[in-house]
Amino acid sequence: MSATTEHLERAGHDSDGHDYVEHHPDSFYVKIALALALLTGLEVTLTYVDIGALFLPLLLTLMVIKFFMVVLFFMHLKFDSKWFSFLFYTGLGLAVGVYLAFLATFRFFMSS
Amino acid sequence: MSDLALQPTQASEDVHAAGHDDHGSHDDHGLVHATSTGLSNNKLGMWLFLGSECLLFGGLISTYMLYRGRHSANLGPDQIYDIPFTSVSSFVLLMSSLTMVLAVTSAQRRDERRMNLWLTITALLGATFVGGQVYEFTSFYHEGLGFTTSLFGSSFYTLTGFHGVHVTVGIIMLMALVGINKRGRIPGDRAEVVELVGLYWHFVDIIWILIFTLVYLIPS
Repeated sequence: MSATTEHLERAGHDSDGHDYVEHHPDSFYVKIALALALLTGLEVTLTYVDIGALFLPLLLTLMVIKFFMVVLFFMHLKFDSKWFSFLFYTGLGLAVGVYLAFLATFRFFMSS
Repeated sequence: MSDLALQPTQASEDVHAAGHDDHGSHDDHGLVHATSTGLSNNKLGMWLFLGSECLLFGGLISTYMLYRGRHSANLGPDQIYDIPFTSVSSFVLLMSSLTMVLAVTSAQRRDERRMNLWLTITALLGATFVGGQVYEFTSFYHEGLGFTTSLFGSSFYTLTGFHGVHVTVGIIMLMALVGINKRGRIPGDRAEVVELVGLYWHFVDIIWILIFTLVYLIPS
């Protein structure tokens, strides 16, 4: 394999000029998965204990943390091009905004 | 210049030097081709698709949230959900994200044997999750909750059913990837193809993270 080909193939994994450099060892992903499992266990435990008004905010916080752990580390959005983040977060932000407005229109937050 | 500014990468400059054209991302030999953005068009397309999928599932989740209280006295979320069972299913799907990311890293290291192994394990974990969902649906149906029993039932089956279909499509993609790879017919950059399927799979996982909390864990 020529030096040029090697360089091109390495670049082939690289969508924004810094892909290979940023990749982590497998143990990193195992640690992330363990953290996700622990957070899921904590979520389930919360449903069996009475913590009053803290229940909902805590559960939603754990959900958001898990969501972004997968997006940032497993989907590599933290290390990839900002354009990919822009496309995904635009869709996500639009969905959250539109459907919060939708639920507010139907007085969802007043009745719950 | 901001981070979002589009600049040709070193790779694209090298490709010009190598005499490749400006369109597409990779050829059949895995060599990168320059794009006008300097980014992989395939990945750009996948992220755009995933962004649009947020809107689809956002609508389904919102509809469920709105109608989860519209049910008969004994067939509501608090009566029929089996949290321990769904927790195990959620754990299985979460772990499939780990095996998927390990398949991607194996592909990037060009370790085909491990890549195929991790892809197969991911597909099996996904199949376990779908099997659990089929069991759950059957169990709910026998308890009396049909698709048209109540607005709660309709919105619940539509949301979780759509998610289940996405997981099933992901399993088909994973098994197809293993089969095509064994015949050596994956076009272009193999690692990128695996990464694209991985992005889809992780997306299905993050949607379940939302569904598990918003649908199952928060009482009606």
